[in-house]
Amino acid sequence: MTQEHLDGNTLAGPLSEIFAVDVTTATGRCASCGMSGPIGALHVYGPDPGLVGRCPGCEEVVLRLVRGPGSAWLDLRGTISLKVHLPD
Amino acid sequence: MPRLTWQAAELVTSTPETGTARTLRLRVPGWRGHLAGQHVDVRLTAEDGYSTRRSYSLAGPADGEFLDLTVESVPDGEVSPYLTEIMRPGDQVEIRGPVGGWFVWRPGGDRPVLLVAGGSGIVPLMAMVRARRQAGSDTPFRLVYSVRGPDNVYYADELRRPDPGLDVSYLYTRSVPEGVSRPAGRVTQADLAEAGRPAALAPDCYVCGPTGFVETAADLLLALGHAPERIRTERFGPSGG
Repeated sequence: MTQEHLDGNTLAGPLSEIFAVDVTTATGRCASCGMSGPIGALHVYGPDPGLVGRCPGCEEVVLRLVRGPGSAWLDLRGTISLKVHLPD
Repeated sequence: MPRLTWQAAELVTSTPETGTARTLRLRVPGWRGHLAGQHVDVRLTAEDGYSTRRSYSLAGPADGEFLDLTVESVPDGEVSPYLTEIMRPGDQVEIRGPVGGWFVWRPGGDRPVLLVAGGSGIVPLMAMVRARRQAGSDTPFRLVYSVRGPDNVYYADELRRPDPGLDVSYLYTRSVPEGVSRPAGRVTQADLAEAGRPAALAPDCYVCGPTGFVETAADLLLALGHAPERIRTERFGPSGG
Protein backbone atom coordinates (compact mmCIF):
# COMPACT_ATOMS: atom_id res chain seq x y z
CA MET A 1 0.00 0.00 0.00
CA THR A 2 1.57 3.27 -1.02
CA GLN A 3 -1.31 5.66 -0.29
CA GLU A 4 -1.00 7.40 3.08
CA HIS A 5 -3.27 6.12 5.76
CA LEU A 6 -4.69 7.19 9.10
CA ASP A 7 -5.15 5.23 12.32
CA GLY A 8 -8.23 3.39 13.48
CA ASN A 9 -8.77 6.25 15.93
CA THR A 10 -10.32 8.16 13.07
CA LEU A 11 -13.16 5.60 12.98
CA ALA A 12 -14.28 6.63 16.48
CA GLY A 13 -16.62 9.40 15.34
CA PRO A 14 -18.19 7.58 12.38
CA LEU A 15 -18.66 4.34 14.38
CA SER A 16 -20.23 6.30 17.25
CA GLU A 17 -23.18 6.90 14.94
CA ILE A 18 -23.85 3.15 14.94
CA PHE A 19 -22.60 1.76 18.24
CA ALA A 20 -23.27 2.85 21.81
CA VAL A 21 -19.77 1.76 22.90
CA ASP A 22 -16.38 2.98 21.68
CA VAL A 23 -15.49 0.31 19.15
CA THR A 24 -11.96 1.72 18.64
CA THR A 25 -10.95 0.27 22.04
CA ALA A 26 -12.42 -3.16 21.16
CA THR A 27 -10.02 -5.94 20.18
CA GLY A 28 -10.56 -7.23 16.67
CA ARG A 29 -9.18 -10.40 15.13
CA CYS A 30 -8.19 -10.27 11.45
CA ALA A 31 -9.88 -12.92 9.32
CA SER A 32 -6.88 -13.07 7.01
CA CYS A 33 -3.85 -13.46 9.31
CA GLY A 34 -5.45 -13.95 12.73
CA MET A 35 -3.68 -11.02 14.35
CA SER A 36 -5.52 -9.42 17.26
CA GLY A 37 -5.36 -5.77 18.20
CA PRO A 38 -7.36 -2.67 18.96
CA ILE A 39 -9.55 -1.30 16.19
CA GLY A 40 -7.87 2.03 16.99
CA ALA A 41 -4.62 0.60 15.57
CA LEU A 42 -5.99 -0.37 12.14
CA HIS A 43 -4.60 1.40 9.10
CA VAL A 44 -7.47 3.47 7.76
CA TYR A 45 -7.82 4.68 4.19
CA GLY A 46 -10.44 7.17 3.08
CA PRO A 47 -12.63 9.00 3.84
CA ASP A 48 -14.01 8.79 0.30
CA PRO A 49 -15.86 6.86 -1.01
CA GLY A 50 -15.80 5.18 2.39
CA LEU A 51 -13.50 4.33 5.27
CA VAL A 52 -11.48 1.15 4.83
CA GLY A 53 -9.72 -0.34 7.86
CA ARG A 54 -6.81 -2.65 7.08
CA CYS A 55 -4.91 -5.00 9.37
CA PRO A 56 -1.56 -3.47 10.44
CA GLY A 57 -0.09 -6.98 10.20
CA CYS A 58 -1.11 -8.15 6.74
CA GLU A 59 -2.83 -5.08 5.20
CA GLU A 60 -5.97 -7.08 4.35
CA VAL A 61 -9.32 -5.35 4.75
CA VAL A 62 -10.78 -5.78 8.24
CA LEU A 63 -13.75 -3.45 7.97
CA ARG A 64 -15.37 -1.00 5.62
CA LEU A 65 -17.75 1.78 6.52
CA VAL A 66 -19.72 3.89 4.09
CA ARG A 67 -22.03 6.65 5.24
CA GLY A 68 -24.70 7.44 2.71
CA PRO A 69 -27.83 9.57 2.80
CA GLY A 70 -30.08 8.13 5.48
CA SER A 71 -28.01 5.02 6.17
CA ALA A 72 -24.60 3.59 6.95
CA TRP A 73 -23.10 0.39 5.51
CA LEU A 74 -20.71 -1.54 7.70
CA ASP A 75 -18.86 -4.50 6.16
CA LEU A 76 -17.10 -6.62 8.80
CA ARG A 77 -16.26 -9.66 6.70
CA GLY A 78 -12.55 -9.27 7.40
CA THR A 79 -13.16 -9.53 11.15
CA ILE A 80 -13.43 -12.89 12.92
CA SER A 81 -14.42 -11.38 16.23
CA LEU A 82 -14.69 -8.15 18.17
CA LYS A 83 -14.00 -8.26 21.89
CA VAL A 84 -15.76 -5.30 23.46
CA HIS A 85 -14.86 -4.14 26.97
CA LEU A 86 -17.99 -3.82 29.10
CA PRO A 87 -18.41 -3.15 32.79
CA ASP A 88 -19.98 -6.07 34.71
CA MET B 1 -23.99 5.49 27.18
CA PRO B 2 -26.18 7.18 24.60
CA ARG B 3 -25.03 7.37 21.01
CA LEU B 4 -23.28 10.60 20.20
CA THR B 5 -25.18 13.38 18.50
CA TRP B 6 -24.14 16.70 17.01
CA GLN B 7 -24.20 19.54 19.52
CA ALA B 8 -23.96 23.30 19.06
CA ALA B 9 -20.66 24.80 20.15
CA GLU B 10 -20.14 28.54 20.53
CA LEU B 11 -16.79 30.23 20.07
CA VAL B 12 -15.74 32.06 23.24
CA THR B 13 -12.19 33.13 22.42
CA SER B 14 -9.68 32.57 19.64
CA THR B 15 -6.01 32.95 20.60
CA PRO B 16 -3.03 32.80 18.23
CA GLU B 17 -0.43 30.07 18.93
CA THR B 18 1.75 30.75 15.89
CA GLY B 19 1.38 32.71 12.65
CA THR B 20 -0.94 30.02 11.30
CA ALA B 21 -2.48 28.24 14.28
CA ARG B 22 -5.07 29.39 16.80
CA THR B 23 -6.56 27.88 19.92
CA LEU B 24 -10.35 28.07 19.92
CA ARG B 25 -12.15 27.95 23.24
CA LEU B 26 -15.67 26.63 22.68
CA ARG B 27 -18.62 26.50 25.02
CA VAL B 28 -20.74 23.38 24.73
CA PRO B 29 -23.72 23.32 27.10
CA GLY B 30 -24.04 19.92 28.76
CA TRP B 31 -20.53 18.72 27.78
CA ARG B 32 -19.93 15.37 29.47
CA GLY B 33 -16.16 15.73 29.80
CA HIS B 34 -13.37 13.90 27.98
CA LEU B 35 -10.00 12.20 28.33
CA ALA B 36 -6.63 13.59 27.29
CA GLY B 37 -5.93 12.50 23.72
CA GLN B 38 -9.54 12.33 22.56
CA HIS B 39 -10.82 14.31 19.61
CA VAL B 40 -14.05 15.83 18.38
CA ASP B 41 -15.59 15.94 14.93
CA VAL B 42 -16.48 19.45 13.77
CA ARG B 43 -19.20 19.95 11.16
CA LEU B 44 -19.77 23.07 9.10
CA THR B 45 -22.93 23.45 7.06
CA ALA B 46 -23.27 26.05 4.33
CA GLU B 47 -26.49 27.93 3.61
CA ASP B 48 -27.17 25.68 0.64
CA GLY B 49 -27.05 22.60 2.88
CA TYR B 50 -23.58 21.40 1.84
CA SER B 51 -21.79 20.15 4.92
CA THR B 52 -18.30 18.97 5.64
CA ARG B 53 -16.54 17.68 8.74
CA ARG B 54 -13.06 17.34 10.19
CA SER B 55 -11.59 15.81 13.32
CA TYR B 56 -9.66 17.97 15.78
CA SER B 57 -7.84 16.90 18.90
CA LEU B 58 -8.78 18.44 22.19
CA ALA B 59 -5.88 20.52 23.51
CA GLY B 60 -6.56 20.23 27.21
CA PRO B 61 -8.53 18.37 29.82
CA ALA B 62 -12.22 19.16 30.25
CA ASP B 63 -13.05 22.44 31.99
CA GLY B 64 -16.76 22.26 32.70
CA GLU B 65 -18.56 23.11 29.49
CA PHE B 66 -15.51 24.70 27.91
CA LEU B 67 -13.12 22.91 25.62
CA ASP B 68 -10.05 23.97 23.63
CA LEU B 69 -9.10 22.99 20.09
CA THR B 70 -5.89 24.13 18.43
CA VAL B 71 -6.35 24.39 14.69
CA GLU B 72 -3.63 24.84 12.07
CA SER B 73 -4.90 26.79 9.10
CA VAL B 74 -4.31 24.66 6.02
CA PRO B 75 -4.05 26.77 2.84
CA ASP B 76 -7.02 25.96 0.57
CA GLY B 77 -8.57 23.90 3.36
CA GLU B 78 -12.33 23.69 3.59
CA VAL B 79 -12.74 23.94 7.33
CA SER B 80 -9.60 25.24 9.05
CA PRO B 81 -9.48 28.68 7.35
CA TYR B 82 -13.06 29.28 8.49
CA LEU B 83 -12.28 28.21 12.06
CA THR B 84 -9.08 30.25 12.34
CA GLU B 85 -9.75 33.35 10.23
CA ILE B 86 -13.46 33.94 9.79
CA MET B 87 -15.23 32.59 12.85
CA ARG B 88 -15.89 35.24 15.54
CA PRO B 89 -16.80 34.91 19.22
CA GLY B 90 -20.50 34.09 19.45
CA ASP B 91 -20.48 32.16 16.15
CA GLN B 92 -21.47 28.50 16.30
CA VAL B 93 -20.35 25.23 14.76
CA GLU B 94 -21.58 21.70 15.41
CA ILE B 95 -19.40 19.23 17.22
CA ARG B 96 -19.68 15.54 18.04
CA GLY B 97 -17.66 13.87 20.71
CA PRO B 98 -15.58 13.19 22.56
CA VAL B 99 -14.49 10.24 20.46
CA GLY B 100 -11.56 7.86 20.47
CA GLY B 101 -10.73 5.86 23.60
CA TRP B 102 -7.49 4.30 22.37
CA PHE B 103 -5.06 7.20 21.93
CA VAL B 104 -5.65 8.45 25.48
CA TRP B 105 -3.69 8.85 28.67
CA ARG B 106 -5.32 8.52 32.08
CA PRO B 107 -3.67 9.93 35.19
CA GLY B 108 -2.92 7.30 37.78
CA GLY B 109 -0.74 4.88 35.84
CA ASP B 110 2.76 4.34 37.20
CA ARG B 111 4.35 3.71 33.80
CA PRO B 112 6.59 6.52 32.48
CA VAL B 113 5.41 8.26 29.35
CA LEU B 114 7.20 9.25 26.17
CA LEU B 115 5.40 11.74 23.92
CA VAL B 116 6.68 12.25 20.38
CA ALA B 117 5.10 15.14 18.48
CA GLY B 118 5.53 16.18 14.87
CA GLY B 119 4.29 19.72 14.16
CA SER B 120 0.63 20.15 15.05
CA GLY B 121 0.71 16.59 16.44
CA ILE B 122 1.58 18.32 19.70
CA VAL B 123 -2.12 19.07 20.36
CA PRO B 124 -3.39 15.78 21.90
CA LEU B 125 -0.02 15.28 23.61
CA MET B 126 -0.34 18.73 25.21
CA ALA B 127 -3.73 17.61 26.51
CA MET B 128 -1.87 14.76 28.25
CA VAL B 129 0.77 17.14 29.67
CA ARG B 130 -2.00 19.40 30.99
CA ALA B 131 -4.04 16.50 32.36
CA ARG B 132 -0.98 15.29 34.23
CA ARG B 133 -0.46 18.74 35.76
CA GLN B 134 -4.16 19.14 36.58
CA ALA B 135 -4.21 15.76 38.35
CA GLY B 136 -1.02 16.53 40.30
CA SER B 137 0.38 13.30 38.88
CA ASP B 138 4.06 12.47 39.39
CA THR B 139 4.23 10.10 36.40
CA PRO B 140 7.50 10.97 34.60
CA PHE B 141 6.76 12.54 31.22
CA ARG B 142 9.17 13.21 28.40
CA LEU B 143 8.15 15.19 25.33
CA VAL B 144 10.14 15.15 22.10
CA TYR B 145 8.73 17.86 19.85
CA SER B 146 9.80 17.98 16.21
CA VAL B 147 9.01 21.34 14.70
CA ARG B 148 10.07 23.41 11.69
CA GLY B 149 11.57 26.27 13.74
CA PRO B 150 11.14 28.16 17.01
CA ASP B 151 8.34 30.29 15.52
CA ASN B 152 6.29 27.18 14.88
CA VAL B 153 6.20 25.96 18.48
CA TYR B 154 2.68 25.76 19.92
CA TYR B 155 2.19 26.57 23.62
CA ALA B 156 5.75 27.94 23.70
CA ASP B 157 5.45 29.97 26.92
CA GLU B 158 3.66 27.20 28.77
CA LEU B 159 6.23 24.59 27.71
CA ARG B 160 9.07 26.85 28.84
CA ARG B 161 7.68 27.12 32.36
CA PRO B 162 9.07 24.53 34.75
CA ASP B 163 6.78 21.55 35.28
CA PRO B 164 8.46 19.05 37.65
CA GLY B 165 8.71 15.59 36.12
CA LEU B 166 8.20 16.86 32.57
CA ASP B 167 11.23 17.07 30.25
CA VAL B 168 10.84 18.78 26.90
CA SER B 169 13.27 18.61 24.01
CA TYR B 170 12.92 20.15 20.57
CA LEU B 171 14.03 18.78 17.23
CA TYR B 172 14.19 21.62 14.70
CA THR B 173 13.75 20.47 11.13
CA ARG B 174 14.37 23.74 9.18
CA SER B 175 15.59 26.64 11.27
CA VAL B 176 17.62 26.23 14.42
CA PRO B 177 17.72 28.88 17.14
CA GLU B 178 21.06 30.16 18.41
CA GLY B 179 22.74 28.00 20.98
CA VAL B 180 21.31 24.72 19.71
CA SER B 181 24.02 22.38 18.50
CA ARG B 182 21.86 19.79 16.73
CA PRO B 183 21.72 20.67 13.02
CA ALA B 184 18.31 21.10 11.39
CA GLY B 185 16.88 17.80 10.29
CA ARG B 186 14.21 15.19 10.66
CA VAL B 187 13.92 12.88 13.64
CA THR B 188 16.61 10.19 13.84
CA GLN B 189 17.18 7.12 15.96
CA ALA B 190 19.88 8.99 17.88
CA ASP B 191 17.38 11.76 18.73
CA LEU B 192 14.95 9.30 20.22
CA ALA B 193 17.70 7.36 21.96
CA GLU B 194 19.04 10.56 23.58
CA ALA B 195 15.91 12.57 24.25
CA GLY B 196 13.53 9.66 24.60
CA ARG B 197 13.34 7.04 27.28
CA PRO B 198 15.18 3.74 27.29
CA ALA B 199 13.01 0.89 26.07
CA ALA B 200 14.02 -1.03 29.20
CA LEU B 201 11.78 1.30 31.23
CA ALA B 202 8.87 0.16 29.03
CA PRO B 203 7.32 3.62 28.76
CA ASP B 204 3.95 4.17 27.16
CA CYS B 205 4.78 5.90 23.89
CA TYR B 206 2.34 8.25 22.16
CA VAL B 207 3.30 9.44 18.68
CA CYS B 208 1.26 12.05 16.84
CA GLY B 209 1.87 14.01 13.67
CA PRO B 210 1.64 13.81 9.90
CA THR B 211 1.56 10.29 8.49
CA GLY B 212 5.18 10.23 7.31
CA PHE B 213 6.48 11.52 10.63
CA VAL B 214 4.48 9.00 12.64
CA GLU B 215 5.62 6.16 10.40
CA THR B 216 9.27 7.13 10.83
CA ALA B 217 9.09 7.79 14.57
CA ALA B 218 7.18 4.56 15.31
CA ASP B 219 9.71 2.54 13.27
CA LEU B 220 12.58 4.18 15.16
CA LEU B 221 10.97 3.37 18.51
CA LEU B 222 10.57 -0.26 17.44
CA ALA B 223 14.22 -0.34 16.37
CA LEU B 224 15.18 0.98 19.82
CA GLY B 225 13.41 -1.99 21.38
CA HIS B 226 10.08 -0.51 22.40
CA ALA B 227 7.31 -3.10 22.29
CA PRO B 228 4.67 -2.57 19.58
CA GLU B 229 1.84 -2.74 22.13
CA ARG B 230 3.39 0.15 24.05
CA ILE B 231 3.38 2.46 21.02
CA ARG B 232 0.18 4.29 20.21
CA THR B 233 -0.05 6.43 17.13
CA GLU B 234 -2.30 9.10 15.70
CA ARG B 235 -1.73 10.23 12.15
CA PHE B 236 -3.00 13.38 10.49
CA GLY B 237 -4.44 12.79 7.06
CA PRO B 238 -3.03 13.93 3.76
CA SER B 239 -6.39 15.55 2.96
CA GLY B 240 -6.40 17.70 6.10
CA GLY B 241 -7.82 21.13 6.06
